[in-house]
Amino acid sequence: MSLGPVTISTLVKDLRMEWRSKDAINSMLFFALLVVVIFSFAFNPTAEESRQIAGGLVWVAFLFAAVVALNQTWARELRNQVLDAYRVSPAPANALFLAKVIGNFLFVVILEALMAPLFVVFYQLRSVGPVWQLVAVALLGTWALVVNGTFFAALSIRTRSREIMLPLILFPISIPALLAMVDATTTILTGDGTPDFWLKMLLVYDVVFTLVCLLLFETVLNAE
Amino acid sequence: MKPLYLAFIVLTLALLGFSTYQALVVAPTEQTMGDVQRIFYYHVPSAWVAGVCFFVNFLASAYYLWKKSLDADALAAASAEVGVVFCTIVLITGPIWARPVWGIWWTWDARLTTTLVLWLIYVSYLVLRRFAAGSQTQTLAAALAIFGFVDVPIVYMSIRWFRTQHPSPVMGGGENSGLDPVMLHAFLWNLLAFTCIGICLIVARYRLQRMENRVEAAHANLALEGGAR
Repeated sequence: MSLGPVTISTLVKDLRMEWRSKDAINSMLFFALLVVVIFSFAFNPTAEESRQIAGGLVWVAFLFAAVVALNQTWARELRNQVLDAYRVSPAPANALFLAKVIGNFLFVVILEALMAPLFVVFYQLRSVGPVWQLVAVALLGTWALVVNGTFFAALSIRTRSREIMLPLILFPISIPALLAMVDATTTILTGDGTPDFWLKMLLVYDVVFTLVCLLLFETVLNAE
Repeated sequence: MKPLYLAFIVLTLALLGFSTYQALVVAPTEQTMGDVQRIFYYHVPSAWVAGVCFFVNFLASAYYLWKKSLDADALAAASAEVGVVFCTIVLITGPIWARPVWGIWWTWDARLTTTLVLWLIYVSYLVLRRFAAGSQTQTLAAALAIFGFVDVPIVYMSIRWFRTQHPSPVMGGGENSGLDPVMLHAFLWNLLAFTCIGICLIVARYRLQRMENRVEAAHANLALEGGAR
């Protein structure tokens, strides 16, 4: 069996299930909303200086929300031994992985698209730099979080404390990506310098870790 | 315990005693920093041992994924634990030196931050080892070790860029600019002694892990035989 068709059929299956249940997207949205409200207590959100920390704030909210969705990625495949069935089938392991990554990527991007107006309204954000750069940072950064997050979710699902394990192993590895996202976003929002280096950094991070994930996923899936 | 290993431990202890004497008594007191500079003889060798440990961890993990050798996994576990211990020493001795010299305990400079992130990555590796269940632990841990190792240069690059954009005023005052020969002498002795004690600890921990593996295998065999009867 080849990579493309299996990836697409798994992805379509996941999207259809999500469309009918809306579990992941609803829990992410509500969680991100809570974070936005709680952060507003920590400082004056309408102050002019808030633009300096808005980058960090937005990404911390998205990161926590993404973990909520990532933790659910593999849970439904464990029921009825779907993963075991997948292991004995001739379908390539990476097709399953890619389908999950693309699915999670779409969920988180939709979340960001829905939450962005809220941030603008609540924190009175206004971008000094070009907005297309913010979109580029969001897409590259989301891929960085999701590709490693999906992989580490597959690791943590096999440990004793499933839900706690994922952020513990995902956050340290993601520090450079987070730094790039936060600093690039702040740079664009304040119009202070260019985010070119951070965009390149994110691109390198994405390429390197996508390759590492694809190289190692089959081993992890088949770990006994 | 094998006699060769025992002899190595004795040699290491002797070396440690000698190098401590070199660092605390023989080496001259630094003119501007004073006695606190002597922490350098412990700080840098610890960093070196931690770095070597993490590199060994990467090699052993890659070898485990390739050959599925349980011994390689034992070496990976041992080197990660010892590496975290020495990395902790680096992170503790650094601020003790920085407080009187820089005037602050900590600064988010590239090398400090990278060391901290490195420490976080390998602590998360140890947490994963602790929480993973059964025989899949080795594979999961080895996969994470590869991720951690690949991440280190990216971390360093990104943080260096981050900090060169916003230079912090406390930097400067490198101790590498022309070391006194006696100081260099003391430093090299300490480097050797710390490397030896690092090896001692890794070997001890490696043997323990192998023994644990063997006990576990024996238990599994016993359970299988009991089931057959």
